[in-house]
Amino acid sequence: MSHGMAQAVTGSTGSRSTLGTWALTACLWLAAVGVVLGAQSAGAAEAIQLKPVAQGIYVYTGPHTDASDSNLGAIGNVAIVIGEQSVALIDSGGSLEFGLQLRAALEELTDLPVSHVINTHVHPDHLLGNGAFAGPSVEFVGHRRLGAALAARAEFYLEAGARNVGPKFAGTTAIGPTLEVADSIHINLGGRVLRVTAHATAHTDNDLTVYDRRTRTLFAGDLLFVERLPVVDGSLKGWLAVMDELRAVPAVRVVPGHGPASVRWPSALHAQERYLQAVLRDVRIEIAAGGTIENAIGWVASEERTKWVRFAEDHPRNVTASFTELEWE
Amino acid sequence: MRVAVTTFLLAMAVGMPAWGATEDESRWHDLRESLFGDRQIHEESGVVSLEAPYRAHDAALVPITFEAAFPQTSERYVKSITLIVDENPLPMAGQFRFTEASGWAAISTRIRVNAYTHVRAVAETNDGQLHMAKRYVKASGGCSAPAGKDPEAALASLGKMKLRRFDPVLWGEPNNAQLLVSHPNHTGMQMDQVTRHYVLAYFIDSIEVRYGDQPVLAVESNFSLSENPAIRFHYVPDGPGELSVRVTDSDGAMFARAWSVPASVAKAPVGEEAAPVNPVQ
Repeated sequence: MSHGMAQAVTGSTGSRSTLGTWALTACLWLAAVGVVLGAQSAGAAEAIQLKPVAQGIYVYTGPHTDASDSNLGAIGNVAIVIGEQSVALIDSGGSLEFGLQLRAALEELTDLPVSHVINTHVHPDHLLGNGAFAGPSVEFVGHRRLGAALAARAEFYLEAGARNVGPKFAGTTAIGPTLEVADSIHINLGGRVLRVTAHATAHTDNDLTVYDRRTRTLFAGDLLFVERLPVVDGSLKGWLAVMDELRAVPAVRVVPGHGPASVRWPSALHAQERYLQAVLRDVRIEIAAGGTIENAIGWVASEERTKWVRFAEDHPRNVTASFTELEWE
Repeated sequence: MRVAVTTFLLAMAVGMPAWGATEDESRWHDLRESLFGDRQIHEESGVVSLEAPYRAHDAALVPITFEAAFPQTSERYVKSITLIVDENPLPMAGQFRFTEASGWAAISTRIRVNAYTHVRAVAETNDGQLHMAKRYVKASGGCSAPAGKDPEAALASLGKMKLRRFDPVLWGEPNNAQLLVSHPNHTGMQMDQVTRHYVLAYFIDSIEVRYGDQPVLAVESNFSLSENPAIRFHYVPDGPGELSVRVTDSDGAMFARAWSVPASVAKAPVGEEAAPVNPVQ
């Protein structure tokens, strides 16, 4: 672990060159993978729903849609863990506005201060709410590669967020880690110690998981998708390998990055593993037959089509990413 | 640095098509003149064909195939095919030069597409005539999308190559192969938010393939090819020999590798010996 430089990037394009603005505009659709929010009709007055899943643990569940003004970009899950002295946030949603609403909801639960915001990975629905919690006594915790990944993508994400979420995205910033995790660290919230573990390239090249031993709860970030189709933005084989490691975590429940607030562990891994293994198996068959990406998209893992939300939208890109990874075998 | 600056200027000069533009030919009129002057170009004349998806799943990785309608013979062959992506920052995506030893002027690769655009393959035949096939592709943002899923891994494997052959070797006939080269092929349009600079353009600019001492394929290209360029091509092995590849990039690095053909044991058709039919003299 090391202390990295805080990186704050504003959402305004300000002095950005014409090219930068244009380039991001043109690229918008690529961000659809992670940027979208939920469809709860969201009056600002409507408080964010936080579901208790274990003693001192509350979860906001993101909807399985694209980011929009009705979900404020918060389409992934967010968890709050309350210790005896401070609070840790695990992910922060997709905009400053969501972060502020989350903070208001949190303040209804406890008077304790937030000491750590742990970002499970670089995708915008998991960290663009960071700005609502920034302050001298707050550590932003991320994988050692999170800073670089965010640097490469921040402008792209901010442009996409502004477009998808609209005026409510105003003021959103991309805040990178102040505390970088290379292997694993412990975070003491008082009477409650969280273990934060950095993983090899899987869903992305900067995935973290968090484990609360007190309640035997694992926070998997996007290393676990439930209901919503998993998205491969790192390495298919890497992800399967990391899942094998995670299986050994003695949790009784897991909070997935997308899906219900809490599901049983480790059986929750089953569906995702089945899908990723099907992609692995079928793409290898296509490659061995001298086939092409286009052909693979047409048939690979097609039996999974009815088992996931957003299969049609995200599966072709998973096949493409997997093909270009596996053709080097 | 000069490469990056040049790239920006080009991008700014040409890269402003309307979002969702209709199938506009105006850019092509300018390109056509600068690339081919007033030479006649036969359209859809059956000499060259082009396949591309109408709507791409990933704008940074759009599969594309272009090929001649006939094999290469000394009487009639394709000398080159120029690939043009009208609305890209560098519309001239690549020139692919062939010889008789290519066997067949046929290429499959993956390209970046930055805005809705026509993609064109212009073939020059040995009689000096130009023939064009075109397709319209709906994709955008392929040049400015954030680079790479795993930059550390990409750096570690820079310049690594893989050759895939798909069928038992056929001596004296066109054989299909695919070359993979590990290279980020940065476009120079990807912003690093820490440094507030664009990642410098850094891409493969030439690929030469030979069988023995015979040129098979020569490619001049740029970041229009997707990250980790992949190229399927044909070659005609007269007998066992060596397929060699030489790649250079925009920083002046050179990567070379050779594979023997047949590598290990080629599968022979049933009832025939595995030994080469036409041993090298």
